[in-house]
Amino acid sequence: MSNLIEVKHVSRYFGNYCAVNDLSFNLTKGQVLGFLGVNGSGKTTTMQMLTGNLALSQGQITINGFDIQQQPRLAKRSLGYLPDTPPLYQDLNVSEFLTYCAQLHAIPKHDIPRAIDLVLQRCELKQVSKRLIANLSKGFQQRIGIAQAIIHNPAVIILDEPTVGLDPIQIREIRHLIKELGADHSIILSTHILNEVQEVCSDVLIIRKGNVLIKESLENLTQSVTKKSLLVKTNKTVEQRILLSIPGINSLDLLPNNNLKIDYDPNQDCSQKIAETIILNGWELVEMTPIKTSLEDLFIAYSENSVQ
Amino acid sequence: MIIRIASHEFKAYFKSPMAWTILAVLQLILGYLFLTQIETFTLMQDKLANIEGAPDLTDIIVIPLFSNAGIILLLVTPLLTMRLICEERRNKTLSLLLSAPISDTQIILGKYLGTLSLLGIIILLISLMPLSLMTVVEFDKGKLLANVLGLSLLCSAFTAVGIFMSTVVGHPTVAAIGTMGILLILWLLNINSTLSDNPNEFLSYFSLLKHFQSIQTGLLDSSDIIYFVLFICSFLILTVNSLSQQRFQK
Repeated sequence: MSNLIEVKHVSRYFGNYCAVNDLSFNLTKGQVLGFLGVNGSGKTTTMQMLTGNLALSQGQITINGFDIQQQPRLAKRSLGYLPDTPPLYQDLNVSEFLTYCAQLHAIPKHDIPRAIDLVLQRCELKQVSKRLIANLSKGFQQRIGIAQAIIHNPAVIILDEPTVGLDPIQIREIRHLIKELGADHSIILSTHILNEVQEVCSDVLIIRKGNVLIKESLENLTQSVTKKSLLVKTNKTVEQRILLSIPGINSLDLLPNNNLKIDYDPNQDCSQKIAETIILNGWELVEMTPIKTSLEDLFIAYSENSVQ
Repeated sequence: MIIRIASHEFKAYFKSPMAWTILAVLQLILGYLFLTQIETFTLMQDKLANIEGAPDLTDIIVIPLFSNAGIILLLVTPLLTMRLICEERRNKTLSLLLSAPISDTQIILGKYLGTLSLLGIIILLISLMPLSLMTVVEFDKGKLLANVLGLSLLCSAFTAVGIFMSTVVGHPTVAAIGTMGILLILWLLNINSTLSDNPNEFLSYFSLLKHFQSIQTGLLDSSDIIYFVLFICSFLILTVNSLSQQRFQK
């Protein structure tokens, strides 16, 4: 599959501060990439570099085969970008604004009305098309922001935190819209809401301090997340060797106060076996609790791990 | 693409009360000055008739009108240009232009021409005042044309400085004050040539006023035109560079 976006060893410094450090990843056709990271991890900086709003300190970004620094105009043709604050001219009405955006993206004059009609419909903006942008609610403004990013039907859509500051119903609508767009566009979506990623993304990229921590498909990641663990407490010290010999147990961590954390294969439920072994060996089982991990735990774990 | 940006910019002036207010105030002030100039002429008319080679209608009405317009536009243009790039950056709308498939040169030229079209209307309205006299008296059309050209070049130069300041600084008011400062200094560079006995020729050569006045006399010297063209080009190139450089912000 051809790579729509190739990011190779990209770094960005602000003075001595390194916002993005040797970042590399690819985006192929049809992927919806969830771009995760805590605040200040370099998400917005990366997106600004992808869209030619910021220059790179090092490395190379190609979009649809065109280098964003060397051939910016060709590269930007395949891009639609919604920054963290939607770039809207408050004193225009919605149609006027979208017409201007269509012109900026060099849509032929006779195609403009059709293009506008299509995005108004897609983003459900029909009923406000003649109203001044300044008078519209934040939800509508966010949708206008998405409309300007997709009006020229770009191959790649880059959305920087599209659901921030919206109410739950609007969030659901925007997610629905993104899901729909994902069917025929490649999307990079930055967010720190993990539900959002689970709902709309096909792939996940977690970055910290401008570095890639994980790049996985959501499927693999969810699988690794749903691996099962047990927290076991006994009165007497157990022998690790005996427990590890139980089939299905992947790893075993000894914690203080005779606590144990046991990871086991999700396809084999071996909790029964573990309980039996502990009782038979006379280690006196006190309690056994299953531990559930969510994407959120994983995200926090990864973010914290790399802090240490 | 440049024309699209320019027309958007031009319309934007009329979306707010800005353009209307400036047009109205300018017309009022210059109309008043124009009328006083006519009155001066009618008072002096009898005396002038007896003098050989005396200044004619054009010298007494048109030249002062355009000189005054030049000074007033020096104060007004910074207000028109201050928001060009600066406000887009503050409102975060600049990324719309920066991530569209257009070059920095197109952005700057578009915005520059948008402002120039508004100034074009202002100059047209100013020229209409002396032209309205044409129905009753005859005057030197060549000189009027030279004045229109001079004022157009002058305004283009003002706008070039204005858009440069708007790109460099972070706040519209600072851009306006900065532009006004630069323009006033350039305007007054030749002030010592009128005060001291041995004026600094080198400094006064850079004065906008000197070249503007030279065109106003109706004597078209190519060096004056080249001065303005170079002046405008240098500031526009600086502006495009400064916009591109901002991607490298530290």
